[in-house]
Amino acid sequence: MSTSTQSPVRVAEDPRGPIRPQRRLPRYAALGLYLAGIALGAALSALTGFSIALTVIYGVILGTLAVYVGARAVEGRRKATDRLVTALVTTAFAIAMVPLVSLVYTVLDKGLARFDAQFFTNSMFRVVGEGGGAYHAILGTVIITAVTAVISVPIGLLTAIYLVEYGSGRLKRAITFFVDVMTGIPSIVAGLFAFALFTLLFGNDVRLGLMGAAALSVLMIPVVVRSCEEVLKLVPNELREASYALGVPKWRTIVKVVLPTAIAGLGTGITLAVARVIGETAPLLITVGLITGTNLNPFDGRMATLPVFAYYQLTQPGTATQAFLDRAWTAALVLIILVMVLNVVARLISRLFAPKTGR
Amino acid sequence: MTATKAPTEPPSTPRVVRRAGDRIFAGSAKGSGIFILLVLAGVAAFLISEAIPALTAPAEDIPGGEGLASYIAPLILGTLLGAVLALLVATPLAVGIALFVTYYAPRRIAAGLGYVIDLLAAIPSVVYGFWGLAVLAPALVPFHVWAEDNLGWIPLFAGPASTSGRTMFTVGLVLAVMILPIISAIAREVFSQAPALHREAALALGATRWEMIKMAVLPYGKSGVIAGAMLGLGRALGETMAVAIVLSGGAGATLNLISSSNPSTIASNIALRFPEATGLGINTLIASGLVLFVITLGVNMLARWIVNRRADFSGAN
Amino acid sequence: MAKRIEVSDLNIYYGNFLAVEGVNVSIEPRSITALIGPSGCGKSTFLRSLNRMHEVIPGARVEGKVVMDGQDLYGADTDPVDVRRQIGMVFQRPNPFPTMSIYDNVIAGNRLNSKKMKKSESDDLVERALRGANLWNEVKDRLDRPGSSLSGGQQQRLCIARAIAVEPDVLLMDEPCSALDPISTLAIEDLMAELRDRFTIVIVTHNMQQAARVSTSTGFFNLNGVGQPGRLIEFNPTEKIFSNPDQKATEDYISGRFG
Repeated sequence: MSTSTQSPVRVAEDPRGPIRPQRRLPRYAALGLYLAGIALGAALSALTGFSIALTVIYGVILGTLAVYVGARAVEGRRKATDRLVTALVTTAFAIAMVPLVSLVYTVLDKGLARFDAQFFTNSMFRVVGEGGGAYHAILGTVIITAVTAVISVPIGLLTAIYLVEYGSGRLKRAITFFVDVMTGIPSIVAGLFAFALFTLLFGNDVRLGLMGAAALSVLMIPVVVRSCEEVLKLVPNELREASYALGVPKWRTIVKVVLPTAIAGLGTGITLAVARVIGETAPLLITVGLITGTNLNPFDGRMATLPVFAYYQLTQPGTATQAFLDRAWTAALVLIILVMVLNVVARLISRLFAPKTGR
Repeated sequence: MTATKAPTEPPSTPRVVRRAGDRIFAGSAKGSGIFILLVLAGVAAFLISEAIPALTAPAEDIPGGEGLASYIAPLILGTLLGAVLALLVATPLAVGIALFVTYYAPRRIAAGLGYVIDLLAAIPSVVYGFWGLAVLAPALVPFHVWAEDNLGWIPLFAGPASTSGRTMFTVGLVLAVMILPIISAIAREVFSQAPALHREAALALGATRWEMIKMAVLPYGKSGVIAGAMLGLGRALGETMAVAIVLSGGAGATLNLISSSNPSTIASNIALRFPEATGLGINTLIASGLVLFVITLGVNMLARWIVNRRADFSGAN
Repeated sequence: MAKRIEVSDLNIYYGNFLAVEGVNVSIEPRSITALIGPSGCGKSTFLRSLNRMHEVIPGARVEGKVVMDGQDLYGADTDPVDVRRQIGMVFQRPNPFPTMSIYDNVIAGNRLNSKKMKKSESDDLVERALRGANLWNEVKDRLDRPGSSLSGGQQQRLCIARAIAVEPDVLLMDEPCSALDPISTLAIEDLMAELRDRFTIVIVTHNMQQAARVSTSTGFFNLNGVGQPGRLIEFNPTEKIFSNPDQKATEDYISGRFG
């Protein structure tokens, strides 16, 4: 809460006389007032039967008020408003941290119960109670995500190249606009699209890993296009000109100069796009379904995937309820770990492969 | 030789000689772009073609027996209810977060804090569902009771309060957490782009930090925040798994946020019913998906239009 | 290797905007031709039209003829890529490829076109080009370092080495020293004097002393006002331009008088 970073403003000689030294709250007074408010909140909450949530709520409100009133008395209205906003804005950030911390803690707490070797080496084939694992689902997720990437990356990258290097006029504007719009398609609608498409092609009741990949591609392609486009725009035009001036055709210039220069950003963007779709559940639920055994062929029949596995373990527990719940939470934990690893990898890529510029 | 003389005849564009490699590469790049447009058109076309049986079927064949409109209407209500609640909670928070990260947090850690907020966006929606069900819903039960006792005169809090916390109110909060990073990311971007000249001018007039933000940052970032909120709304409307897991829905149309009977949302209804649906049931669900597609498409196009219009005006930056 | 360039009635457009009008000039082989004139007068545009680099900008086009030893550079069947292989270019700001080593930068013209070369051949080529650019002694021990690790002047000589490694007939230089310090500038000017024996060199410069020092012929571009096309006012041997120009405008510009 301490906002004592402003230095006193120096102004030129003023006809109204010399600048009076500002009346300011001492550096730790604001913090002290805030803590006093929180203590009061704790007391208030103790009156109605102590609870942590109420303590925090009362405390933050009273602490903010205390700072405002204190500042108002010493520093005046404008300064007090400034401090009030500072407190509010900081509180907003703190509020956002609550679900993040709580979520990560909960998933770790509940997910570690089955975070064992068996979980990673066994499928659910003929498992009705305890034991079993998500081996089949993890492999399914990896395979379907890989197929999705194989479909999405070339299309997305080529489209980004078109937009940056070739595109002009109406078509470029239309593609840019609709790619943006596509980033907002609900994932369940993407799933319905893949379902409708494959139903028309192969008849009813078809369920394939490929269907899931098609649905995820609808979600991933626009993300790839946007991030690759941003990165390609950053490649200096001078490099393209240098290449043209050496008598290199445009397409070779793009493939051998532009793309290598942008490779770090492209890798980062594509990795983040993968992270975005790897946790998608809804489209897979209606296109790929779930099986208990291991199916590694995305062109034949249902497959298990980690998010769908987690969902069914949680919502349709069998007789040994706790075993199902444990597996569900461990699956959620593995999913979060996968996403976080991809995020870290993305950052590493941008750090390691960035071209060394000496300028 | 007058300088401004127009060319006597329209200059003929010279025939451009292009190599095979260039033609193939340019063609496949352009083809990919067109393919994306076709995919989007295909999404609409296939949804429509699979929805037609439900649109033309007699009312009594639709699940529920009262026709497509009365099947979808409560779902639309539920979808809007949850999304609007999320938006109302998330927008002010997101603006606060964006301001904190751009103008209040110490410079050295500001980027890291922004990254932490972005992590919220990286968490899969099914995990949010888990968390909402296991942590948030039970934690909010006391609030539900309190709201029934003290705010019961408002129809939204009429009660009876749910004892599980699996209500539209909880769903709205989960959705709010999920769209928070989307709105705050865009708000952060526009706030940080507020012209330094204006900001410094405000400070030079002796403004406090908040006055500077009120004068120079918020007016500049307003349309960006609106656009971000629209994008967040689009996401909240279409969110599936978190709602499907947390909400105990399917109880017809009601505005009551805190009772245990809630309308379902379009997306979660599809996820819950689709795996067991057959025949016309599937067509009905796809028809509802088409409605969702149209709604989100509209919201997103509006948001993008606002963003693009803003980009046109801020060309000076 | 060096070739003559004949330009006749050349008009250059950006979209509907006429940027340069009615240029007629003959550029001699084994000479250095300097193009001078105020900013925005079209000298860089004209230079870029000589190897069809200006076409990179959407909407840019020309009318008229540019002929190099009988070959019409704007002929219907001429590939701009081939033109650029014969007419190399060095830019205002040094622009080595950041992803390539010094070695790879020099043979980029061949590498990027996937020309197969034996190791010994490419070694020879790199040494020859770097010696040609007066850079060999400074970098011969660190050829595998990134090109961007060099100083600005070294980078520009690297770019010259890269341009001459594809063995063009003509070398275009667009203000090659404007981003460099005086010592690096001197090194480049010395280099130009040596390269003159092997190439036809055309250089755009804002620095009249530089034009006077290095060039054999000089062309003066000017425009009548904002929005008007640039024109080649005078083209003469450098000595004559700087001592006794034919045109009043040239004399005014060189002596620093405008009116």
